[in-house]
Amino acid sequence: MKKENIRVALVGQPNVGKSSLINAISDAKLHVGNFAGVTVEKMEVETKYCDETGCCEYDISIVDLPGAYSLNDYTLEERVTRDFLYDEEYDIVLNVIDSTHLQRNLLLTAELLELGKKMVVVLNMIDEAKEEGIEIDSDQLSVILGVPVVKTSARTGEGLEEMMKAIAMVHKKPSTESKIVFSDFIEEEIERLVSFFGERHYRSDIPYRHLAIRLLKEDKRIYKKMHEEPIWIELLPVLREALDHIYLHAGKKDIEEIFADEHFAFAKGAKMEVISASSMRARNLTQKIDNLLIDKYLGIPIFLFLMWGLFQLTFTLGSIPMEWIGAGFDTLAEWTRSTFGDGVLSSVIADGILGGVGAVVSFLPNIIILFFGIALLETTGYMSRVSFLLDGFFHKFGLHGKSFIPLVTGFGCTVPAYMAARTLKSRSDRLITLYILGFMSCSARIPIYVLFTGAFFGSEHAGNILFLIYISGALLGLFAAKILRVFVFRDADDPFVMEMPKYRLPSLKLIYHIVYGQAKDYLSKAGTFILAASVLIWFASNYPKHPEIVNSYEKKMEKAVDDSDKRELSAQMQKILMQESYLGEIGKWSQPFFAPLGFDWKMSVALEAGLAAKEVVVSTLGVLYSLGDEQGEESQSLQKSLRESIPLPAAMAFIVFVMIYVPCFAAMSVFTREAGGFGYLAYLFVGTTLTAWLLSFVTYNIVKIFV
Amino acid sequence: MKLSDLEIGEKASIVSIDADSELRNRLHSFGIATGEELEVKGHSLAKRTIEIDIDRTLIALRKEEADRIAVEKV
Repeated sequence: MKKENIRVALVGQPNVGKSSLINAISDAKLHVGNFAGVTVEKMEVETKYCDETGCCEYDISIVDLPGAYSLNDYTLEERVTRDFLYDEEYDIVLNVIDSTHLQRNLLLTAELLELGKKMVVVLNMIDEAKEEGIEIDSDQLSVILGVPVVKTSARTGEGLEEMMKAIAMVHKKPSTESKIVFSDFIEEEIERLVSFFGERHYRSDIPYRHLAIRLLKEDKRIYKKMHEEPIWIELLPVLREALDHIYLHAGKKDIEEIFADEHFAFAKGAKMEVISASSMRARNLTQKIDNLLIDKYLGIPIFLFLMWGLFQLTFTLGSIPMEWIGAGFDTLAEWTRSTFGDGVLSSVIADGILGGVGAVVSFLPNIIILFFGIALLETTGYMSRVSFLLDGFFHKFGLHGKSFIPLVTGFGCTVPAYMAARTLKSRSDRLITLYILGFMSCSARIPIYVLFTGAFFGSEHAGNILFLIYISGALLGLFAAKILRVFVFRDADDPFVMEMPKYRLPSLKLIYHIVYGQAKDYLSKAGTFILAASVLIWFASNYPKHPEIVNSYEKKMEKAVDDSDKRELSAQMQKILMQESYLGEIGKWSQPFFAPLGFDWKMSVALEAGLAAKEVVVSTLGVLYSLGDEQGEESQSLQKSLRESIPLPAAMAFIVFVMIYVPCFAAMSVFTREAGGFGYLAYLFVGTTLTAWLLSFVTYNIVKIFV
Repeated sequence: MKLSDLEIGEKASIVSIDADSELRNRLHSFGIATGEELEVKGHSLAKRTIEIDIDRTLIALRKEEADRIAVEKV
């Protein structure tokens, strides 16, 4: 049996269900999502099809190209698609169309037809169109386009068989019969060029008609190629005359605009001929919901309420399994200690790995709930409404309306917030949002704030100070966004023209895919990263070993009668060991950097340990201020000891520093992944550290004047 | 008059679009083109963003873009 390879390029506008289609025809589990731009890479799926007539086996590899509204290299994704279609080798274009938005989708089809490649058009989501009362005459459309048209639904599996047949059938034909009919005055000129080539028996890889169209469209690639042909000399005057005629008829000289209008007219004409819409039920429902949800006055309060609900759920409901996980890891650590004894292995597993990884894993319930909520808001179509409501305010600061979701998430935990920034389409919008996310104080910083405000302002003022910290962090973030937009990401504003999709009840499968994917990502990437970081911090705070110090203290402790004396001695020992560890060395070495802010070496070490996780700052301070390691943020004695040894200006500078510098190791690793490289992390690290330093310096000196 | 001058519920047809090729293509691909009819469905405070219904699709635009679209009430 003969076996043939067919390479298919899958092209369509965003959200037409390309990936679901691939999922449906092969067993490959690609990532399927409703986030525009999910498919940023080319993926190939092998699938076999045996057609009955000649039963010949096909190996069909499908390249899933990023969604593109048109081939005008407007966004990064569109450029990838365009470059592939023009430069790569493939046999057939498989154009997927959302049946419920036929006209808009046919615009892309018109552009694809001009490629001169064999093509199959797929009317996807045909079941949804039927529900909306839209009837499409696919035979008629096939006649108009000159290519096979197949109705499919990735959801029900309808039409997939026919689609594979159509691909095999088209593949057998010698060339494409695709056509796009232009206005008469353009058709005349195309005809003139075609006969020009015909008379000269010009050898061309693509049909004359397509060659002529690309020449008239002033396609740079084809000009470059033709320029080197001898026929160019003769072609030039003919082409010039043809263009002059077209300008005259169209009444304008922008050839791009002329063809854009032509495509539009073609798409509209084709739609008018093949569609009949009987009812508008679904649309009217959307309209009714919209009347309430995007109301001028009610819209924003409703949205804030929904967000408030989501965060309540995330952090109250999430805290229950979070405790279980925490307790589980504690038990595991206990068990490790009792099984392996006091050795190095036991310490690295219990204190290093289990401590660090446990902290990350315990955030998993939060992340799952949060992403479930966000996925729900996104797939129902509500998120577009939120952008609509907030864009006015956010645009003033150089942010996009959609930036709101990650920013609010950032108050909970910066890690999922970085991931939530994926919903932003434009790269500069996404990067600006990623850069300022750290300014939204995450919940892990609360213990530090509580400890310091309690110690220096008394617990009665702590609430107000906390509020002040949060607000000033958020304001600083908006301010930073503006600066980034003005000085760094200066590319022209992304125009805000977006579709408000119909409200849809998302399938559980889709939601599951999104949440599962995010959770897996979080665990595998952040988990491996934090694992390494935990071991590193554990090592830096436990090495080099100083048996002589331990020995001398153990002797003293044996002599001590009193339990409190013993505890005192043990705390002293830990303090000295910490001072002599690598971490202590680093702290002392870096102290000159922090000296202008009034920080001593202990505060420096605490800040540096805080790079691993903000929770570590409090426990490090506890150890260093000689009070054993069982210190919580509400510990009276730690507060007292801080008040006695740290001057107020330095304490306030410390709070400011904590507010601004990078959140934690896990966040840094996720940032690197989301931003797209370590270079971005370097900017983030240097930028936030410098800002933190400068503002702490200002705070320190201003407060010093008043105290 | 401009698209941004329309009030909620008003219907108009597009007379001309003043935009560079990038924005025009974007608008075209959402079905916004000369001669098309649209209806304003809503807007946020101070008309910073405007929602229109065109060819059975709801599209959101920023005021800056809506300013570039000249319309005629129908």
